[in-house]
Amino acid sequence: MTHDEALFEYTLRLGDTDVVLAQRLSEWVGHGPIIEEDIALTNVGLDLLGQGRMWLSYAGEIEARVKGHGRSEDELAFLRDGGAYRNAQLVEMPNGDFADTMARQFYFDQAHLLLLRALAQSADARIADIAAKAAKEVAYHAERSADWVVRLGDGTAESHARVQRALDNLWPYTGELFAADAVDRVLIEAGVAADAPALRAPWRATVERVLAEATLRMPAGEWMQGGNGRGGRQGVHTEHLGHLLTEMQFLQRAYPGARW
Amino acid sequence: MVTPEQRAVEAAAVAGSAPVPVAVVWDALASVPDPEIPAISIVELGIVRTVAWSAGRLRIEVTPTYSGCPATELIATLIRERLAAIGLPDVDLVTRLSPAWTTDWLTPEGRAKLAAFGIAPPQRGHGTAAARIDVTGISPLRRAAVVVPCPRCGSPRTSLLSQFGSTACKAQYRCDACREPFDYFKPH
Repeated sequence: MTHDEALFEYTLRLGDTDVVLAQRLSEWVGHGPIIEEDIALTNVGLDLLGQGRMWLSYAGEIEARVKGHGRSEDELAFLRDGGAYRNAQLVEMPNGDFADTMARQFYFDQAHLLLLRALAQSADARIADIAAKAAKEVAYHAERSADWVVRLGDGTAESHARVQRALDNLWPYTGELFAADAVDRVLIEAGVAADAPALRAPWRATVERVLAEATLRMPAGEWMQGGNGRGGRQGVHTEHLGHLLTEMQFLQRAYPGARW
Repeated sequence: MVTPEQRAVEAAAVAGSAPVPVAVVWDALASVPDPEIPAISIVELGIVRTVAWSAGRLRIEVTPTYSGCPATELIATLIRERLAAIGLPDVDLVTRLSPAWTTDWLTPEGRAKLAAFGIAPPQRGHGTAAARIDVTGISPLRRAAVVVPCPRCGSPRTSLLSQFGSTACKAQYRCDACREPFDYFKPH
C-alpha cells in the first residue's frame, strides 16, 4: 500500500463517519423533544456535514493522484454503495430515543475531540488545518453531549434507566474508534494519522468521570464489534447503513447529476 | 460621501492602468454584509484575511466561520458581485482554513453593531476561568455557563438556554431580569 492509497482510505473514513452521523442527526429535524434541542441536534449535524465535505474533497484530490481521476465530494457521498462506505459502525446506529442519540453522541464526541486534537499535529498540513478548525466546533459538541448524559443519568428513574440501556447497547461499537489496521499503521508511521489506540485511555478516563457524575455504571463488556479488523472502516456494516443511504442518496440516484 | 465605486474610478484615473489600490478593495468588501447577520460586514466579522496584488492578479483570502456554515458560498458570490461593481470582475478568491477563524477577529465596530442589533458579542478569553461564573461547590459538569450581559437591559443575570442557536455561530440565552430571550455570538 502506497502512502497516497492509505491516505485516500484514511480521509474517506474521516469523511464518511462525519457524513453518516450528520445524516442521522438530520433525521431529528422537527422531532426534537424541545425546540432548543431540535436546533442543537441539527446544528451539530451541520458542523459534521461541513467537516465531512472537507475530508471528502481532500479524499477526491488524493484519489486523483492515485488513479488519475478523482471523484468530487458529491460523487463520493451520493454515488457509493454501503460496502464502499468507511464510517465507523457506531455512527450508523439508529437514533432510537433521545437517550440513545445522546449516548451515541457522547461516545463519539469524546473520541472525535481527541482524534481531531491529535490530527491538528499531523505532518500532512491539509489534515492539520481541517482538524484544527473542526476541533473548535467539536469542543461544543462534546460539552453538550456530556452535559446531557449527566442530566439523563442523574435525572428521573426513567431517564436513568434509558440512558444506561443506551450506553450498554452501544458499548460494543466503541472499540472500532481506537483500532488501527494497515492503513492506520502506514500513516501513523509517517506522522500523518492519529495513533488511535493511544487515544483509548484518555477517552475511557473521560467516559468514566462523566458516567460517575451521572450516577451511571460503566459498561463492562470486553468484546467489540469490528475487533477482528472487519468493521465499518473496512467496509463491513450493520443492516442499518443501507437504509440510511437509501434515503440520503435517493435524489442523486433517481435524478443523476441533479443540481439546484 | 465618496462611494467605493467613485474612489476606484478616481484611483484608476490617477494611476492610469495601475491596479485598484487594496485600500479601495477593503472599502468595497466592508460594504458586503454577512448574509446571516446583515448588521455587520464580512470585514467586521473578521473572515477576510488577505487582500493583495500579485503578478497582476488580485488575491483575496477568506476564512470560513464554521465548517458547515451555509452562508459560505453565498458570501463568495456577494464578494464577486461587489468587486465586479468596482471594475474587478476577475479575482482569485481563495478559502483559507489556517489559522482557523476565531471570534477574537471580530472588529470593535463589529462587536458594537452586534450589541446594537440585539446579539450579545462574544466574550474574550474563551475557556479561561475568568470567563465563567463562580461555581464553587458545583461539579465541573454542572457548572454554569459564561456570564453574558443582556444586550437589551445590560443585566448580568442571564441563563444559557442552549449552546446552539438560530445559526451555527450563536447560542440562545434568556435575560432573567427583563425576561427577554436573546442570541449570544458564542466565542470560537
